[in-house]
Amino acid sequence: MKTLVKPFVLLLAGASAFLFYGCKPKGPQEAIVGDAASKVYVAPGKYDEFYNIVSGGFNGQLSIYGIPSGRLLKILPVFSVFPENGYGYSEETKPMLNTSHGFVPWDDLHHVAISTTKGVHDGRWVFANGNNTPRVARVSLKSFRTEEILEIPNSGGNHSSPFITENTEYVIAGTRFSIPMGGKDVPISSYKENFKGSISFIKVDSTSGRMNIAFQLRTPGFNFDLSRGGKGPSHGWFFFSCYNTEQAYTLLEVNASQKDKDFIMAVNWKKAEEYIAQGKGTKEKANYAHNIYNDKTHTATSTMEKEVTVLDITQFPDIAYFIPCPKSPHGTDVDPTGEYIVGSGKLAAIMPVFAFSKIQKAIADKEFEGDFNGIPVIKYEAALHGEVKKPGLGPLHTEFDEKGNAYTSMFVSSEIVKWNVKTLEILDKIPTYYSIGHLSVMGGPTMKPYGKYMVAYNKITKDRYLPTGPELAQSAQLYDISGDKMKLLLDFPTVGEPHYAEAIPASMIQANSLKIYKIEENEHPYAAKGEGKARVERKGKEVHVYMTAIRSHLTPDNIEGIKLGDVVYFHVTNLEQDWDVPHGFAVKGAANAEILIMPGETQTLKWTPDEVGVSPFYCTDFCSALHQEMQGYARVSPAGSNVPLKFSTGVVEETGSKK
Amino acid sequence: MKSLKVFTRVAVGLSALTLIYAYFVPLWQILMWAPQYPEGLEMKIWINTITGDVRTISALNHYIGMKTIEVSMFPEFGYMIYVVGAIIGTGLLASILNKRFMLVTYLLVILAAGIGALVDFYLWGYDYGHNLNPEAPIKIEGMSYQPPLIGTKVLLNFTAFSGPDIGGWIFIGVGVLLCGLVFYEWKSNKVIK
Repeated sequence: MKTLVKPFVLLLAGASAFLFYGCKPKGPQEAIVGDAASKVYVAPGKYDEFYNIVSGGFNGQLSIYGIPSGRLLKILPVFSVFPENGYGYSEETKPMLNTSHGFVPWDDLHHVAISTTKGVHDGRWVFANGNNTPRVARVSLKSFRTEEILEIPNSGGNHSSPFITENTEYVIAGTRFSIPMGGKDVPISSYKENFKGSISFIKVDSTSGRMNIAFQLRTPGFNFDLSRGGKGPSHGWFFFSCYNTEQAYTLLEVNASQKDKDFIMAVNWKKAEEYIAQGKGTKEKANYAHNIYNDKTHTATSTMEKEVTVLDITQFPDIAYFIPCPKSPHGTDVDPTGEYIVGSGKLAAIMPVFAFSKIQKAIADKEFEGDFNGIPVIKYEAALHGEVKKPGLGPLHTEFDEKGNAYTSMFVSSEIVKWNVKTLEILDKIPTYYSIGHLSVMGGPTMKPYGKYMVAYNKITKDRYLPTGPELAQSAQLYDISGDKMKLLLDFPTVGEPHYAEAIPASMIQANSLKIYKIEENEHPYAAKGEGKARVERKGKEVHVYMTAIRSHLTPDNIEGIKLGDVVYFHVTNLEQDWDVPHGFAVKGAANAEILIMPGETQTLKWTPDEVGVSPFYCTDFCSALHQEMQGYARVSPAGSNVPLKFSTGVVEETGSKK
Repeated sequence: MKSLKVFTRVAVGLSALTLIYAYFVPLWQILMWAPQYPEGLEMKIWINTITGDVRTISALNHYIGMKTIEVSMFPEFGYMIYVVGAIIGTGLLASILNKRFMLVTYLLVILAAGIGALVDFYLWGYDYGHNLNPEAPIKIEGMSYQPPLIGTKVLLNFTAFSGPDIGGWIFIGVGVLLCGLVFYEWKSNKVIK
């Protein structure tokens, strides 16, 4: 018996092991259905349907992708230096990165907002936030360049930004960290009494786009995460997600996750405007940089602003109201009708959807459950349209299509959930690879979403592409959302770490895209608008080279009379007036970067020679068949030598042993 | 002296007035394409100037030693307004004087002007295409770059087209009309005899 049982048991064990192995869950399934390839294929010479303006996160830049191809079209420097084109290295662009802390060459760019008029894209500008050294930038969608950067005073980190109002009246800059205002030296443990939050309303000039801080709301101390402007019926209001209402100042992971509910703060900014107009604001001393790029002088200027107007919302109880929202909300997103506000408590098992009309009624009926630092807290049920039950784990951010559906990203369960805004019914779920942060429906934050496509921006990449060592590209997926079911179309790597992105139809941008700068309109003080005007001038220890570049020579290309101890400025004007003929400039030993000069533009490279000899310089952008001939020499003589200042191009002289 | 038919008289007058358009529209066009210029480059010749991508074309042509095109190089732009004025005047005069020999004169003046313009254009094209800077970066043995008089021609990486623009077509139209009118007058006279 025993002898029989033994092999039988072994067989059983083997079989069950095999069975168990068979039942072992597989990894995430690839969910490509149908002919995805043809939907993302943009034939050679054809164009994408959308420009996707993608935040670069910790690279401090924006990247521009084509949708549906997922092709990278451009990296556009905003808050970070960019040696590739000289942004932050040329004398003209250095002031763009000036702050109250001096030159800050990096920032963390999280969110973008494409300007809107009447709640729909107008194709003029993109706003972007600098999270670390609080700043807001405005980028032109005509030149695809950063035109303006405004530092935000009284902010501990500009995360709740750069969200906009319906007609781009204001760009918002809400602080992530509360801090003691005015640089006070206080114990960190005095958070509750000394730390305050701050939300800046930045007025945008409707013609020029110029920004200035109209007023700041001073708030009780906690963290602001994201925000969205009201639209349609809710135009005039702004909604902010708040976390850490526990007011913890250490180990927030635990200490800011204790309360069942944090808040969405609803701000009646029209009311705040009224108080400001009545002179109720307090003018406070401040010190913040305002940097503007002028595309006629091709030069940025940085001005220090010295004052800001503050309204303390605890003193004006009809500006702000708190709405309880489960567990540390991240997204607070307003649907295209402007009626529904979706809160995404990232630690919550449900998602509340609030109704603007109910919020108004609750305020009118004073349906408050109490107050927080003097600010009324509306009863949860009184503001609630309904809850989305068990949507997934870790809801972060919601966008909308044109058919009344919402799409919410789920970080923890790594998926996107589609649900109906009115009925709150869950319609579909689809995995992302892996751990999605923000998502972007084409036109998703506007009053008229374009729908059709949706992009997932993920936080974890792992095995999605060929491995490149420990540090990987970030992964993004494109989905077709035109049907009832979401369909995965494409997986593409992105640079930096994209947080939020917005897409705009190519037809709104393409025709306006700038091709050249007109040389007649060049007002750069050191421009040489013609080879005849190229020259070298000495001003004490400074040597200014007014240089021109045209295919395929630099004028002057022989420079003598520079002495050790001089500082040389190469002001290079590109005389070309033809599309896509930039010239570049670099000189041996220059302790910065190259500069790229677009047709009609002037840019300046500073060079402090540190050795006697002859230093070559050349055009760095392959401009023409004779690009490799586009070069020159700068002779550097010892300090105190009597070599005269001399410059030429195309002059051949037999100097022999002449010194 | 033969008088003109009323129809001819009116047509001749109108044709002369139509030529006033020549002051406001380009007469001739040169179009160029290359792999790097799929959108094409164009040069429009007007009664007193050249417009279009002249600067770009000059920048490209310097490689092969062609001259920089500038309006001041061409004395024609100084007197062409008078030549066209004279043609219009001849036409109006033919209509006013109502004489057949004036109609023929008008036609001959237009034909002469047209042939003269083409000859002049050819000579300029020849000079421009052959008198190259001996220090040009790109020199190809035996190669000259005369643009086509009319039609299409391949010059290195460029395909060039030359042909009438709106103004030129108006001149051609008027010329054809006048030929027809002369034939009509001649034919109808013969029938009457």
